[in-house]
Amino acid sequence: MKSPSPPLHHLSQRSDLLLATEIVTEGARVLDIGCEHGELLHLLKREKKVDGRGLELSQEGVNACVASGLSVIQGDADTDLLSYPDDAFDYVILTQTIQATRRPKHVVEELLRIGKHAIISFPNFAHWRVRASLLISGKMPMTPSLSLTWHETPNIHLCSIRDFVDLCEDLGARIDRAYSWSRDETPKPTDPKSRVANLMAEHAMFVLS
Amino acid sequence: MSSAATKMTSRTSEKTAAETFGASHVFESSSPLDLDSGSSLFPFRIAYNTYGRLNQDRSNAILVCHALTMDQHVANPNPVTGKPGWWQSLIGPGKTIDTNKFFVICSNVVGGCMGSTGPADINPETGRPYALSFPVITIGDMVRAQAMLLDHLEIPDLFCVLGGSMGGMMVLQWCVAYKDRVFSALPIATGARHSAQNIAFHEVGRQAIMADQDWHGGAYQSHDTRPSKGLAVARMAAHITYLSEPALHTKFGRNLQDRDKVTFGFDADFQIESYLRHQGFTFVDRFDANSYLYITRAMDYFDLSADYSGQLANAFKDSKTRFCVVSFTSDWLFPTPESRRIVKALNAVAADVSFVEIESDKGHDAFLLEEPELFATVGGFIHSAAEARGLGQVTP
Repeated sequence: MKSPSPPLHHLSQRSDLLLATEIVTEGARVLDIGCEHGELLHLLKREKKVDGRGLELSQEGVNACVASGLSVIQGDADTDLLSYPDDAFDYVILTQTIQATRRPKHVVEELLRIGKHAIISFPNFAHWRVRASLLISGKMPMTPSLSLTWHETPNIHLCSIRDFVDLCEDLGARIDRAYSWSRDETPKPTDPKSRVANLMAEHAMFVLS
Repeated sequence: MSSAATKMTSRTSEKTAAETFGASHVFESSSPLDLDSGSSLFPFRIAYNTYGRLNQDRSNAILVCHALTMDQHVANPNPVTGKPGWWQSLIGPGKTIDTNKFFVICSNVVGGCMGSTGPADINPETGRPYALSFPVITIGDMVRAQAMLLDHLEIPDLFCVLGGSMGGMMVLQWCVAYKDRVFSALPIATGARHSAQNIAFHEVGRQAIMADQDWHGGAYQSHDTRPSKGLAVARMAAHITYLSEPALHTKFGRNLQDRDKVTFGFDADFQIESYLRHQGFTFVDRFDANSYLYITRAMDYFDLSADYSGQLANAFKDSKTRFCVVSFTSDWLFPTPESRRIVKALNAVAADVSFVEIESDKGHDAFLLEEPELFATVGGFIHSAAEARGLGQVTP
């Protein structure tokens, strides 16, 4: 019998999943927070033979994950990381979710406590398109990567690449690597303090330890 | 190959499958069962059914643990009631738990009344039925007896142990008492301890049995009678806890039973009354009242964290078992927070755990019904665990 993996055709839009798969080492213990339907976990299991776990807010997502053979529990990044012991995982991954948490600083702290490394990706709010959208329209920016209106978006703590670097400094977290990209581009290694990246990149991913 | 030969081969394999499916066995233990109470039980026997075949590596065994009033007839028609096995839709050839691939064992709990030693059996010391001289047993004792059964079957470890309600308690007990013998575990609609509310409901049931004058202090067999009324009331009260308010409302509402208006009396005017009475009276035909006392007591005493100074997580320390915890939204007997408590404890020791809460209005009984989401969860979990254990296709 074949493993029931979900289709991966939409992965091209989620460069961060492919990038995270590249970063994670073979056979690592991984926790994917906000794992949705388990796309990344399936990818990691297949490509890197990881010992993968997931945490997902929507029960519907959790049930789909478990039915497809993944180890996933229902839970909230804001409150449910506390029960995990220190250094339980080699990598804790949070893709495109940090901006939707109530206490991002606390969440990053928790990621670094329970994981040896944290991989975090987010939409860069300082991207020129966002800046231009606000400047020109005078309304809350809506861009391809931030496509919902201010009253519908789950994103309550948006940040720029520079904001995130400040947070890392604040927490004493070491930035091992940073990547940035826009839309269809392949993510490329980036100097996290680069002003150009902060203006030109739509997305960023940080590897912290 | 000629068509006749093909036919014969297929007939032979059919016969083999039938022989290995739902065969009833009895294990007569040659050593006593040491009990948590400090006493022991000897002689004792365990009645069990098996489905499918044990593979050469003895690595494909699945143990199914039954709930309070169920028995070992999990996937074959029940010989007493004639009804389908209680998980017959889940377990069988080609089903979610595929008996062409796995060797499924289901045993009647010690203290039960379907073939395993229980209070209705003869006490060898007195020559009379045990009745209340039967020692009080615990979930731990039930599981210890199962472990002795596995020793007898020369099965070193279980690929999976699963069960709902009390069966789920036994699953958890397995994962703590014999953590090296459980590869994967599916505790469903259960808890790591019995709640005060659940103890309360059990006490109502027990008091109903004991208040029946035909109970005779437990010695009803010697009086050639049975506390049927008490046991029926116990079942009626318990049955309510297995359902949910929405399920009762949908199924019965305030509908009247075979009449147009209320009778201003105490007949079963309402359909729900008639239904409960039916549940009560059919139950007494198949269940022993003293067994009901003993097994409910075993559930009441269950608290996995008790031996770990109240820290449930410590009970699961160093567990290598893969867990999948399942609860149902409308289950108020073992509500979701009880499952979450287990999950939290497992997380705290970085165990491999999945947790699924299934939307259902069927109450606690949902675990016995054909809930597609439950089957999908069990199927996905078992499949990935089988992959991890290297269990390929097993030729039947």
